[in-house]
Amino acid sequence: MTAISDLVASKICQDLTTHFDVARVRQDFPILGEKVRGKPLVYLDNAATSQKPQVVIDTIVRYYSSENSNIHRGIHFLSEQATRAYEDARLKVKCLLNASDTREIIFVRGATEGINLVAQSYGRAFIKTGNEIIISAMEHHSNIVPWQILCDQVGARLRVIPINDRGELLIDEYERLLNTKTRFVSVAHVSNALGTINPIRQIIEMAHRWNVPVLVDGAQAAPHLTVDVQNLNCDFYVFSSHKLFGPTGVGVLYGKADILERMPPYQGGGDMIRSVTFEKTLYNVLPYKFEAGTPHIAGVIGLGSAIDYLSRIGLEKIAAYERELLDYATDALCAIEGVRVIGTAKEKAGILSFVIDGVHPHDIGTILDYDGIAIRTGHHCAMPVMERFGVPATARASFAFYNTKEEVDVLVQAIHKVIEVFS
Amino acid sequence: MFDLGELYHDIIFDHNRKPRNFKKLEGANRMAEGYNPLCGDQVTIYVYLEDEVIREISFQGSGCAISKASASMMTESLKGKTIAEAKALFDRVHKMLIGEKDTMDDLNELGELVSLSGVCNFPNRVKCASLAWHTLNAALNEDEMVISTE
Repeated sequence: MTAISDLVASKICQDLTTHFDVARVRQDFPILGEKVRGKPLVYLDNAATSQKPQVVIDTIVRYYSSENSNIHRGIHFLSEQATRAYEDARLKVKCLLNASDTREIIFVRGATEGINLVAQSYGRAFIKTGNEIIISAMEHHSNIVPWQILCDQVGARLRVIPINDRGELLIDEYERLLNTKTRFVSVAHVSNALGTINPIRQIIEMAHRWNVPVLVDGAQAAPHLTVDVQNLNCDFYVFSSHKLFGPTGVGVLYGKADILERMPPYQGGGDMIRSVTFEKTLYNVLPYKFEAGTPHIAGVIGLGSAIDYLSRIGLEKIAAYERELLDYATDALCAIEGVRVIGTAKEKAGILSFVIDGVHPHDIGTILDYDGIAIRTGHHCAMPVMERFGVPATARASFAFYNTKEEVDVLVQAIHKVIEVFS
Repeated sequence: MFDLGELYHDIIFDHNRKPRNFKKLEGANRMAEGYNPLCGDQVTIYVYLEDEVIREISFQGSGCAISKASASMMTESLKGKTIAEAKALFDRVHKMLIGEKDTMDDLNELGELVSLSGVCNFPNRVKCASLAWHTLNAALNEDEMVISTE
């Protein structure tokens, strides 16, 4: 009797760990039931932004319908409630990233603002003329331009880690770039244009040997992989809520407390001060020192709800399912004559960039759209990557855990149609 | 519901496959480069202008079928036209692309360019179709880089 029960229990456990019920999670996302141009929506533009589960939408509606109030200042009931919900979300982010303290979690507008904050606050304080900043050849413009601006301001030099034909960082070249002038390293965890998962633990370790801090742009990683900032030992980590099934306009900057303490404020305003006189202003403690003005309260609370939702499913399960889906899609696309996948790193997450001989990605995008398939076409805000691979643009299908193999099949059929139309 | 065929006429496929006047124009005295940062389309327009008349015109670059076909048809329709006539044609094409109704007479004057009339139903493709024209405008206005006649 016991043996049978154990067997059943172990079978259930096995199912829970290996089986991913995609049909069930799809029901959580109202937009996935929509039709586009008369066809069922096939949403494969998750690297641009993800769809939102009903619980996140409900949380935002509930906040505005019955909880709306400003935070950290009102003495009244609603303000206390809103403050609690806002700070609860900070705790949820801390757990998501396994940070050691909520003081290390700063809410910003998005990953872009997180990088700009570090470049302007840390960079202007600690990076000087003749110093060097290292980024990689696969960065999104948001992890290039803020450093270029800083370089112009302080007279520093930007160095770039090259990549190979598969879209992987050349670690030996990186090793050579590190020197006594290096003051900062900023790299993507996952490339938005190629899908490459970078060996950031190694990258960080190598930089730390030179006492150089590292920022990791996690915009494309946080929604798909388990992130542990303590294990990575990164100094900064940024991500955006809207790619993590939460609302737009909110993002997170994680920073090690001792470094954040040493950094000057990024913006001045309400909430970031302790006392103000015309002679002297005392700044607030972490994390509020970096949160000037009324933040996107509803957005932060919505992000908290998205993290709860993701935690219930489990990021490890999500990563395993998405890996399976990406392999299935990669095999299917590679089997089509005339299709070339851009970005074939050994370690990849959720992104499939491709080109078709003789067809511009923009035309691919329009024809796919006609079949209800949403993909991104263009340079994906990574023009240096396009230049590296000698293409003006690519078509990019990017996956989330609510995508299915059947949707990949629809994509493949539509690609055949593109080739047929343009032959 | 718009048919995909409304956007991709056979004429467009033909110009995409065999773009006309697709070359660098030796002896050009006007040139401008156009770029669409959204999709990476890039076009260079070369013009040989004599007495306010477009004697020769060509283009080079990379882009989608719509932008390539539009540039190709533009070069065909402007050879021998005065600057004023070219600008008037751009005006009519632009109105067609953004869906502003024209009289049938006007559309007839457009010739093959009418094949771009479906673009107005695909707002995010209007820029593709108008890139070459904006670039030509810049070349004619001399507000872009002008090729030296030396």
